Amino acid sequence: MTNASSATTINATEAAHFGGLAAEWWDPKGSSAMLHKLNPVRLGFIRSAVDAHFGGDGKARYPLLGKSALDVGCGAGLLCEPLARMGAEVTGVDAAPENIDAATAHAALSGLSITYRAGEIAAQGLGQFDIVSSMEVIEHVNDPAVFIGELKRHMKPDGLLLLSTPNRTPASRIFLVEAAERLGQVPRGTHDWDKFLTPDELTALLNDAGIEILDMQGIAFSPMSGLHLSSNMALNYILSARLRG
Amino acid sequence: MNHKADVIIIGGGLIGLTQALALAAHGITSHVIDRADQASMLQAGFDGRTFAISSSSYKLFEAIGLGDALAGKGCPIEKIWVSDSLKPGSLDFAPAEDDGFLGQMFESRFLRGVLYNAALESDAIQLHMPANITHKSQDSGRASVHLDDGKVLTADLMIVAEGRQSQTREEMGINIAHWQYDHSAMVGAIFHEHSHNNIAYEIFYPSGPFAVLPMLDADDGRHRSAIVWSVDAADAPGYMKLSPRGYAAELEKAMGGILGQVEIAAPLSSYKLGFHHAANITAERLVLIGDSAHGIHPIAGQGLNLGLRDVAALTEVLVDGMRLGLDFGDAQLLDRYSRWRSIDTLLIAVSTDGLNRLFSIPGKTASAVRRFGMAMVQRAAPAKAFFMAEARGESGALPKLLQGVAV
Repeated sequence: MTNASSATTINATEAAHFGGLAAEWWDPKGSSAMLHKLNPVRLGFIRSAVDAHFGGDGKARYPLLGKSALDVGCGAGLLCEPLARMGAEVTGVDAAPENIDAATAHAALSGLSITYRAGEIAAQGLGQFDIVSSMEVIEHVNDPAVFIGELKRHMKPDGLLLLSTPNRTPASRIFLVEAAERLGQVPRGTHDWDKFLTPDELTALLNDAGIEILDMQGIAFSPMSGLHLSSNMALNYILSARLRG
Repeated sequence: MNHKADVIIIGGGLIGLTQALALAAHGITSHVIDRADQASMLQAGFDGRTFAISSSSYKLFEAIGLGDALAGKGCPIEKIWVSDSLKPGSLDFAPAEDDGFLGQMFESRFLRGVLYNAALESDAIQLHMPANITHKSQDSGRASVHLDDGKVLTADLMIVAEGRQSQTREEMGINIAHWQYDHSAMVGAIFHEHSHNNIAYEIFYPSGPFAVLPMLDADDGRHRSAIVWSVDAADAPGYMKLSPRGYAAELEKAMGGILGQVEIAAPLSSYKLGFHHAANITAERLVLIGDSAHGIHPIAGQGLNLGLRDVAALTEVLVDGMRLGLDFGDAQLLDRYSRWRSIDTLLIAVSTDGLNRLFSIPGKTASAVRRFGMAMVQRAAPAKAFFMAEARGESGALPKLLQGVAV
């Protein structure tokens, strides 16, 4: 399949790299250990964003009941499954078929009903969703502006967009690319630092696409409290956004 | 047939049932399995067993909706009077005026009844008792338990609350650090001539601590207290063979006549004292709570309260996880529970163990050191505040339920 957007958003080398990791995705002590530790932190942000946007009280077990969600670059379903448990009808898309195989198998194990699709987001013929999310993906695509356009196309008019990505700073270079990959916290070859977007750059890209940011927070690390939400965005940041009205 | 709930709780004792009720209060469903037939246990008369419920444990019960059932049924402890062999230099712990009481004494049988009835009424709790487990397993997908009536129960997480001799803990190969004290505790209840005035007495003898804990007066108006009397393990059988009258005479002697004449109010029982502490309190889709995780010397009445702190912390961890859409067996959640509880339980275990050892050293010099130490604690406000908070169960990072609020 050779359509224009697959050439721009999927990076073939990177997709193959993640496919190789698929089986290990769900092992909390495996090569995705950092993602498992990151997950509760970013879910904390997502839960607050969901309650703020859709008017929840922070306590309900199923705040997304009746809502649809699309996770782009879903990996083996680390975000899809929590969204499904919160009550959403979830569709996960990933470029690597191996990831989708791992995700499908794990959802069955978890007793969750989630629609998984392998391939390019633009080629899926999907409609619009209440929530569109893409965690740690935009730093891997060839053209972030085109990618944001694809995300926007799948948002309902009152939909919520959730993005997280590493910042391009000396700290992220040392911590995420050099140290974490060498220490085995993150698989080697995961990150290409030069492609990281700063919060300002990402804000400008979203703005150009007619998307306004609702909230943005850093995900920081400290030896005492581990990974946590913070005003410090030097390493990684997560944001919620909506279409400008 | 397959029955799915959010969690499976193995053990339907005070800790297991409280765990089920605390989760149910937040919409989390459970299977509770116990070998014993609770209903028939509840029909028995007063067995002499009592628990000192710390004020933070009581707040937990209130926060999960048991306040009405418990109100007025416990005897408040307003003061703790500590003494070294009834020698001068005693130590009082009394809360400040507006600070409430230090804890309440409840009959074990009564607490069990309140918890059991609340669990029976809860839609979120399925009780399987009496029931025997023929097989249990956990894997990356689920925890499951097969019962001898053919039922298969599954859940995201298995919570082990089966007490000191935890079979599941052994099957999981979880090591425990443990030792036996050369002491046995004799427990029971007494009638006594004078009112206890809501004072708990802790008298430290070289042979072991002796605690007299205030209970509500009996229906006929007679004054009652519970006793926990530690003696050399070799001496316990001799004490237990005494006639009720002979035993009462020994008690009067040990109490120095503080409460006047004494009479035995319930059958006595005795058990060897030990200390144990599990090396790990979590495994794949499994957590240990209560005595399955740690058992301490009952010197400060902290065993059940420590277990209830496990319940409060685990409830908060699981409810927080649920609201993030995480699997109840998620390794990150179990890690949080483990980090939260490990330091706290070890600190309390070691400090009560140390306190016991300190008071167990015979001889005049040791006694002088103890009395000096007690006098120092009496004068040093921060140390006293620490002991008070510890007795109340209020030190350490406090789970919300122990502050009396739902998660």
